[in-house]
Amino acid sequence: LAHGAGGKATQTLIDAIFLEAFRNPLLEPLGDAAELAVGGSRLALTTDSFVVTPLFFPGGDIGDLAVNGTVNDLAVAGARPLYLTAGFILEEGLPVAELTRIVGSMRAAADAAGVCVVTGDTKVVHRGKGDGCYINTAGVGVIEYQGQLGLSGVRPGDAVIVSGPIGEHGVTVMLARGDLDIEADLVSDTAPVHGLVAELLACTTGVRAMRDATRGGVATILNEVARTADVAVVVDEDAIPVRPEVRGAAELLGIDPLYVACEGRFVAIVDGAEADRALTAMRRHPLGAQSAVIGRVKADPPGLVLLNTAFGGTRICDLLVGDPLPRIC
Amino acid sequence: MSRADRHGRVRKDLRVAGVVQGVGFRPYVRELATRLRLSGRVGNDVTGVFIEIEGAPEDVEEFLTALARDAPPLARVEHVQVVERPASGVTGFEIAASHANGARNALVSADSATCADCLRELFDPADRRYRYPFVNCTNCGPRFTIVRDVPYDRPLTTMAGFPMCATCRAEYEDPGDRRFHAQPTCCPACGPRLELDGSTDPLADAVERLAAGQVLAVKGLGGFHLAVLAAHPSAAATLRARKHRADKPFALMVADLDQAAALCELDEPGARELTSHRRPIVLLPRRADAPVAHAVAPGTRELGLMLPYTPLHHLLLRDLAEPIVLTSANLSDEPIAYRDARPLATVADAVLTHNRPIHIHADDSVVRAGSVLRRSRGHAPEPVALALRCPRPVLACGAELKNTFCLARDEYAFMSQHIGDLANHETFTSFTEGIDHFRRLFGITPQVVAHDLHPDYLSTKYALDLTGVDLVGVQHHHAHIASCLADNREAGPVIGVAFDGTGYGPDGTVWGGEFLVADLAGYRRVGHLRPVPMPGGAAAIRQPWRMAAAYLPDLDLPVARRHDKQWATVVAMARNGVNAPLTSSAGRLFDAAAALLDVRDETNYEGQAAIELEQRADPSIVDRYSARTDGLVVHGEDLLRALVADRRAGVDPAVIAARFHNGVADAIVACCASVRESTGLATVALSGGVFQNALLLRRTVNGLRHIGFRVLTHRRVPTNDGGISLGQVAVAATYDI
Ligand SMILES: [Fe+3]
Ligand SMILES: [Mg+2]
Ligand SMILES: [Zn+2]
Ligand SMILES: [Zn+2]
Repeated sequence: LAHGAGGKATQTLIDAIFLEAFRNPLLEPLGDAAELAVGGSRLALTTDSFVVTPLFFPGGDIGDLAVNGTVNDLAVAGARPLYLTAGFILEEGLPVAELTRIVGSMRAAADAAGVCVVTGDTKVVHRGKGDGCYINTAGVGVIEYQGQLGLSGVRPGDAVIVSGPIGEHGVTVMLARGDLDIEADLVSDTAPVHGLVAELLACTTGVRAMRDATRGGVATILNEVARTADVAVVVDEDAIPVRPEVRGAAELLGIDPLYVACEGRFVAIVDGAEADRALTAMRRHPLGAQSAVIGRVKADPPGLVLLNTAFGGTRICDLLVGDPLPRIC
Repeated sequence: MSRADRHGRVRKDLRVAGVVQGVGFRPYVRELATRLRLSGRVGNDVTGVFIEIEGAPEDVEEFLTALARDAPPLARVEHVQVVERPASGVTGFEIAASHANGARNALVSADSATCADCLRELFDPADRRYRYPFVNCTNCGPRFTIVRDVPYDRPLTTMAGFPMCATCRAEYEDPGDRRFHAQPTCCPACGPRLELDGSTDPLADAVERLAAGQVLAVKGLGGFHLAVLAAHPSAAATLRARKHRADKPFALMVADLDQAAALCELDEPGARELTSHRRPIVLLPRRADAPVAHAVAPGTRELGLMLPYTPLHHLLLRDLAEPIVLTSANLSDEPIAYRDARPLATVADAVLTHNRPIHIHADDSVVRAGSVLRRSRGHAPEPVALALRCPRPVLACGAELKNTFCLARDEYAFMSQHIGDLANHETFTSFTEGIDHFRRLFGITPQVVAHDLHPDYLSTKYALDLTGVDLVGVQHHHAHIASCLADNREAGPVIGVAFDGTGYGPDGTVWGGEFLVADLAGYRRVGHLRPVPMPGGAAAIRQPWRMAAAYLPDLDLPVARRHDKQWATVVAMARNGVNAPLTSSAGRLFDAAAALLDVRDETNYEGQAAIELEQRADPSIVDRYSARTDGLVVHGEDLLRALVADRRAGVDPAVIAARFHNGVADAIVACCASVRESTGLATVALSGGVFQNALLLRRTVNGLRHIGFRVLTHRRVPTNDGGISLGQVAVAATYDI
């Protein structure tokens, strides 16, 4: 297995093994969360496992990632997050002080997001069998939004909105991991987005779909949109919000912020006629102050994400297979 | 043995395959037969040309000898099949009428430079085509770039919109005329016209603008060029600024060999390349006093020259009477502009265009000393003859940059023109549309599809998305060596030395300085450069100083001080494996050397650092640095340490650069000798973009020959990634046998 970076290899793995084995109508959309009809209400259910090195980084740690990640998966499914579960796999030798700190972060994040951790589990594995601590969380929320969300509703003319500057989390973690001696004023963007999502959904019925831009970054989400809806997504490089510190560090690291994970940003596909209204609402919320329309959905060429570059060229912004290796000869 | 009839006459029926239609082949055959007092006939059919001849045995023999040798310039006789028949007593020699759709399987020829006859007409005031910029005949003119579909017939070319006038039609239908069945033939009465912004005399206007230092877009055969006066003090710099092209040298067009000789050292082979009907850009040693502006080709020892190849070029150059810069008109990495001139409005002051559409774009080809560095206009879609026969039709998708694709059937490999960088969307579209076009043109439905192993090459993804075909993944450097073998019509096994920038290694590292034992069927990696990290991945390719940091992290170096703020970070990325894939690339070793010698820290075009390092080297220096080659792992850092020591000792950089080149060549020779000891193989094939370096190639070839090796290098296809598709074809076809 070499399926880490969240690109096409992961996609293949999911399709070939999991979808094949578990196939059912609720799983098939492969959304961030499943939508369940229970009694008279619509519930959203999701689960996510968190693996990060290092466990602590500027702006956060694995604990608040574990809460925010699941809260955000529920949020972009249109749900109000309610309850979480937490499962821990701890490596023998993990200092108790570190675990205490992680759990403290989880508690704080849950409070901020207005959710409760209602059940959990703990396993300890032998030294060397884990990277200190892995956390799994599952979450359930209630869908009160009346509209229909999903990538199949995306159509030409729609606007592509990103909820804030991209790449901060991934670049921060890479710098923390590498002991790279960079003085950059960078912190992870980890945050719960359900409040911002609620503002957006309240202001317009024109939202087609939302995705949180975690593994593989915004580029991976846009490719998912292009392929699933069989449309073209055309993005203006200049319109993508990236903080100068992130841009500088990414250049030095040789990575493209479009492919870098965020933990508090999402992409919304919105009816083109409603884009201004949506943007105004999002920008009123502190987390969405730098939201931007970064591109448009077009009919052609179907399945591709194109990037209009500053020099006037059009680059194909493709789903990457596995770890990126240089393509230049 | 020929059986003569009672009059002593023999008859033979011939089938001629190759590029033999639309190139004046039938009139040529009739002329040859008549001269030798032979009777019979000649005609086109679905597979090429058929000939029936009878006459005295010695005359028939002479005909067979002369047929291919004296063929018209654009013809390529690939194969002649001869069957004996009883003589029939026929008299006279006629050109048989062809069937309406007779040309379906014949080969479409490449575009060709204006021939001497047409040139004479162009400048003959008495000729009805005097100064007509679209004069052509069966021996010259547009072909590949105007063909929309087969059979090759006027209605299926972009000349369809120009019905012939009565005079042109009479020439077209006269078997004795030079324009017999010349599909693009035309004249001022019936053919295309020039235009420049509504001007009444577009040509004079264009000449005036160029003379005044303006940037002019000019529609050529395979696309638009941008032109400025070569000697103008500021025009070339203006063009660079508008085109966002920092340093990459511009090509020049000169009126004739005299103008060429004023710019470059011109020898006999160079003159032959310049005047060939393919009319490539020829890289030639530049004269120190060459009268061209600095911005044309900053800091190079060579200039790329070409002679006029369309009547329009001839008219422009004659009226201007001095050389011009002539560079492909495109924006960033897009293909050369060829349909629409509108995007050029931001770059050119005016556009000299015309109303004969270009159907397929083709950049100018580039050659140096008998090697093709870019195989494009004048070559495509002419097949490269293979030494093996493809059992089933093959499509090879090529690499990512400098992409070409290749469709093959039987012994023919139809390589595309230069396509370019597939990550550009317009380029990728020209790749997919080009494949469809070639499939139609040559009636090939590929059943076997070859591709690179790099999972993120768009050419790989294209291949993997095809259904109903057998896929063959070919390792990048195996494809390079197979390309060199196919280029030389050999099958191996050989010792393959593949030195290039980067290619996907099946072990998950980035290869590029490889010693393979290879044949067309497979390869074994027997040696390579010692891998080093590439801190920042592709960023390390754009910024050679990073490779200096990766190779010599601990030394106190001028290059480290130049990148004071980032050096420690990049060293830490290399050490801690943060976005720092391992590479055995030879291109990156040259990059590190260029940065350490303070030649170049960042590149503005592919291979720039290595090119400038080569330009720096003093070719008279024969001594060298030496590198350990433990177990066929070459320690490139040894060469770099020696370089740094010389630099500190104040040795002339020209000497250092030469010693470095010689050291790399020496390491290659040593490794090949060692492989010969264990395998007995005595032939070496050299391939990969690094061997575009003429000094390295010369030193390596000489060193290998000196110790008794037979050496194969590229001739017909590029040693860089432009040649990859041919290698993929050869491997896939072999695999399919
Ligand atoms: Fe290569
Ligand atoms: Mg998730
Ligand atoms: Zn001619
Ligand atoms: Zn005419």
